[in-house]
Amino acid sequence: MQRTEILERYGPRESMDYDVVIVGGGPAGLACAIRLKQLAAHFGKETSVVVLEKGSEPGAHILSGAVMDPRALTELFPDWKERGAPLNQPVTGDDVLILSARRAWRTPDALVPASMLNHGNYVVSLGAVTRWLGDQAASLGVEIFPGFAAAELLYDEQGAIAGVATGDMGIGKDGQPHAGFQLGMALQGRYTILAEGARGHLGRQVIARYGLADGRDIPSYAIGIKELWELDPKQTDPGRVIHTAGWPMDRETFGGGFLYHLEGGRATLGLVVGLDYRNPWLSPFEEMQRWKTHPRIRSILEGGKRIGYGARAINNGGINALPRLVFPGGALVGCEAGFMNAARIKGSHAAIKSGMLAAAAAFDAMELGRQHDELAAYPRAFEGSWLADELQRSKNFKPWFKKGFWTGTVMTGVEQWLLPKLGVAVPPWTLHNKVADHTRLQPAARSARIDYPKPDGSLTFDRLSSVFVSNTNHEENQPAHLTLKDPSVPVRANLARYAGPESRYCPAGVYEFVHEDGRDRLVINAQNCVHCKTCDIKDPTQNIVWVTPEGGGGPNYAGM
Amino acid sequence: MKVFVAVKRVLDYNVKPRVKPDGSGVDLAGAKLSMNPFDEIAVEEAVRLKEKGIATEVVAVSCGVAQSQETLRTAMAIGADRAILVECAEELQPLAVAKLLRALVDIEKPSLVILGKQAIDDDCNQTGQMLAALAGLPQATFASKVEVVDGKATVMREVDGGLETLQLVMPALITTDLRLNEPRYVTLPNIMKAKKKPLQVLKPSDLGVDVTPRIRTVKVEEPPRRGAGVKVADVAALVEKLKNEAKVI
Repeated sequence: MQRTEILERYGPRESMDYDVVIVGGGPAGLACAIRLKQLAAHFGKETSVVVLEKGSEPGAHILSGAVMDPRALTELFPDWKERGAPLNQPVTGDDVLILSARRAWRTPDALVPASMLNHGNYVVSLGAVTRWLGDQAASLGVEIFPGFAAAELLYDEQGAIAGVATGDMGIGKDGQPHAGFQLGMALQGRYTILAEGARGHLGRQVIARYGLADGRDIPSYAIGIKELWELDPKQTDPGRVIHTAGWPMDRETFGGGFLYHLEGGRATLGLVVGLDYRNPWLSPFEEMQRWKTHPRIRSILEGGKRIGYGARAINNGGINALPRLVFPGGALVGCEAGFMNAARIKGSHAAIKSGMLAAAAAFDAMELGRQHDELAAYPRAFEGSWLADELQRSKNFKPWFKKGFWTGTVMTGVEQWLLPKLGVAVPPWTLHNKVADHTRLQPAARSARIDYPKPDGSLTFDRLSSVFVSNTNHEENQPAHLTLKDPSVPVRANLARYAGPESRYCPAGVYEFVHEDGRDRLVINAQNCVHCKTCDIKDPTQNIVWVTPEGGGGPNYAGM
Repeated sequence: MKVFVAVKRVLDYNVKPRVKPDGSGVDLAGAKLSMNPFDEIAVEEAVRLKEKGIATEVVAVSCGVAQSQETLRTAMAIGADRAILVECAEELQPLAVAKLLRALVDIEKPSLVILGKQAIDDDCNQTGQMLAALAGLPQATFASKVEVVDGKATVMREVDGGLETLQLVMPALITTDLRLNEPRYVTLPNIMKAKKKPLQVLKPSDLGVDVTPRIRTVKVEEPPRRGAGVKVADVAALVEKLKNEAKVI
């Protein structure tokens, strides 16, 4: 049954009015909500703020390294320490390693660019930080509704965004409402802030509808695959931050590993692979498993135990790939816009800062009685902020790496190490990315097949046992939330030309080609989906569209 | 008719439990906690009784940490009218919970008490039975169907051999099994309404109950990992392996 038909039969939806509706309870969305409430309290105003979060609770869908720069958090809560923010482990040292298959070379400290040094930062579980931000927001009076996905944008008569509607619950696999059916709810806002993270599905619609990406660089993405380990007590080194470049990535594929020692004898580690990779046989998941077998990494993990797994697409297009940040009725914040600083391998500070800037602009506008218009003050404030300054310095980072590993490494050295030493913070030249990640795949026939080693079950794992420790679940009886524009394309194009790359780039084993009765068929195991959005980005025919499943579904990351 | 429903906050059923490295218990840090699924069925049943016009008030009760308030808000979003939390940061064992609930039953005098048959964290399956004994209530455990007519509850319960039907004179106590009902979706408007419903917070001392644990946890460990399977050539080899290797026959 179509949405319009459902609305006709069961509608109208119940509706609530708020001043600001925020989609996504991550660092950006929660920082925005907190700032709005702080401003309201400061000026003695009543401002109603609602946050919708598709995860079962704030933090359940947060996946990040993470080394956190506390700069923005300190602006939001100067007393974050007293408030018990879970930033407990200061960084004690950085190792930047270049790997070959057997060996590792540590980059001398004097040659490591300042952007890669993490003195003053913290090794954190960003999920824990997000939970804490959620508690802070709730105590300031923000209404947070986890387990409810914003499924649809609402427009006013002038075509401006006027809020969102939550998804209907209780629609069966067949698309028909079943006994437990519950209609979604409309949340109307004077301003709507989209904070869904990288490649948000409402954000995509807004960017397309209002042409926000016109004249900007094409955004580029990576997939980050991460595990949480409990280490052998002999291997712990709290606060040490390790980044690796080189093996197992080939020279033309962007990517690198990370291993951060947390407090409590744990380590968070993983591999980031640029989604502009060319070889359709490449499997980011298996590359990550293989990366752990490097002697340098293996020695840290041996005797330990994997306790968590997850994956998420990351934007790393840089400042020139940021879309216009505002549209009639709202704004994009955090990774929804793409504030991640790829050169510094962190973005949570940028997410928080962007949320705060958008909050200030929305608050000022509402003070003037405005609504449903463009918050032009937000991009202006961004341009004048330390965040824009920081992102300008690394504007060319990903574009250089599009030219290969050595060009990327040398030019990053020039821009991030040499020029700053010469007193030039922002490189005087700019590279522009004009190629979308999904167009980069070569046909399978022209690519070298990659045979990955079998998992051993203690250091390396398969996809399904990995998804198991991400605590992922979806209500089984619901339509697949990974939709195909044309159901014949996967077999006709993806399988024939690219040997079915979705079965390899998906880190959760959602896509499976099966050969039955002499015919090939794509099976979509939507329950496994960890909401990483990689398929939405990398599908070579752009035939896969990720939409939100019933709220509360997806991973339940703990300590990630 | 007043219905009492007891709910417990437990590790979410989607989350794989992880034993703390020191073996002292299950690690709950950062993990999602939610209402025990059997308790959700209990709340749903009570709310259905109210919707049928049989119950007049549904009171949700929980014993545990302050965050159990969230669990009670969920119960009220399903349809409970008000809630009581007996807040206690210490470990609460089934007997202590049963005593706390007994004290509340004495005060509130409900006609019907509905609990989940067991909590999915410790799987004790004790609280309902202990409460029935302490409060002197007739009990029907593992209910798969409940009908209330003229001060009597007819309960179909799942037993090993099939189904057994009991009739209880109220006030009475029922514990729920999985097939009793399918709890509804909690809707956003109902969550908003639930925020405004009354929630009373008490301490165990307010009820004069000593909740000191009587049982000491010696050690918690994960079940041994299952080894890989093997294929056997024939029945004889299977029997031989079952006898000599697995030692099960």
